[in-house]
Amino acid sequence: MKNETSLTVNGMTYPVAIDSHATLLRAVRDDIGLTGTKEGCDDSECGACMMLIDGKPVNSCSYLAMQAVGRSLTTVEGLASGDDLAPLQQAFLTAGGVQCGFCTPGMLISATALLAANPHPTEEEVRIGLSGNLCRCTGYDGIVKAVLQVSSK
Amino acid sequence: MCEVTATFAAPTTLADVLAAMAAGARPVAGGTDLVVGARQGKKPLPPSLVAIHQLDELRAITLTTTGLRIGALVSHEQILADATIRATYPALADASAIVGSHATRAHGTLGGNVMTASPAMDTGSPLLCFGAIAILQSSSGTRSVPMDELWTGPGRTVAEPHELLVAIDLPALAPGTSSCYVRLEYRRQMEIAIVGTGAQVTIVDGVITDARVAMTAVSATIRRIAAAEQALVGTSGDRAAADAAGAAVSEACAPISDVRGSETYRRAMVGVIARRAIQSAVTRATGGTVPIPASPALHGAS
Repeated sequence: MKNETSLTVNGMTYPVAIDSHATLLRAVRDDIGLTGTKEGCDDSECGACMMLIDGKPVNSCSYLAMQAVGRSLTTVEGLASGDDLAPLQQAFLTAGGVQCGFCTPGMLISATALLAANPHPTEEEVRIGLSGNLCRCTGYDGIVKAVLQVSSK
Repeated sequence: MCEVTATFAAPTTLADVLAAMAAGARPVAGGTDLVVGARQGKKPLPPSLVAIHQLDELRAITLTTTGLRIGALVSHEQILADATIRATYPALADASAIVGSHATRAHGTLGGNVMTASPAMDTGSPLLCFGAIAILQSSSGTRSVPMDELWTGPGRTVAEPHELLVAIDLPALAPGTSSCYVRLEYRRQMEIAIVGTGAQVTIVDGVITDARVAMTAVSATIRRIAAAEQALVGTSGDRAAADAAGAAVSEACAPISDVRGSETYRRAMVGVIARRAIQSAVTRATGGTVPIPASPALHGAS
């Protein structure tokens, strides 16, 4: 039996019918169709599935979709304003923080949460803040530089 | 996952949650262990779920006449930010600071950590050292269970299926008391203790009058080690005493070999980690500063 309810993602409310056991990642990708958020390990290790729930980062692969009902979700699709990239997204491009791109949505979300909590982090704080997100291409350097670029502005 | 028959409710009152549990529903708080555990095949998701994340009454940290009450839904992030816990019960802040990642700490709760009953969970050793009490409530009443009687094995507690952990009570501490929790880790976030130790000491006129040492991830449940505590009482808590206590922990532990560490390695390392936790507790109890979390600093990270 599916639960007829709704989820609010990036300011839009979507009617959904979700299983009690369904994860937030599955609901947002499969039912709503916002596929920017990625499934990596599906085990809370890699951070590719990171979303914000009421402004706090969450591993959406390991969070029940039903627990997100009535709360405010942000995915990578919600960071830009129309065609204008968020400063963090632009910085990932200019600093070379993207290679294959698979970890990028999760990195952007974690970095957004980090900068909201700590607008001027040190390099060490950026590295720790992003250490729940794995990247196998970049060696992290471009990603850290991108976050520092934004935070120094 | 039995998605065809699964049911879900998210009441806003404790009475409704307890009624649902009496009818067979099982609670979910932050879900950070539950969903992962189900996927890994440890324990399937319960067919009837009652989410407790809307019970704001369980989200408070309150000074009481006997000490400090921490609601079961208090998150690790809240613990880390709490001035009383950082000053008086720093081992708990050390532990909550290194649970999972920023995401885990934002949603993972103290109650969930305790009731998952993993022998590797970080907040367990500190709570044992404090002499914490678990408050279990059901629709038929409330009872207090000392933390050293709560866990009965990996993933198992004395709580009945219809009982909900609603709070953890920490007793007030004697003057001259402080604590520290240290774990061996390979990664800065999303890590699980390879081994860990919590230590608490009370120091009067330069002499340890009371000591608590508990070990993590090296036996079926987290437990205190009397021999290590005895090795500290009556000493100044210097390196020799801390080494002796560490050796007692290595002696008492019963670790397993798995992908994160062999039995031999864990046994050797838990003595080192115990010594570091004890010496840091002594430093804090005598007015010195050890950063929170203690682990990365003690292991040489910046």
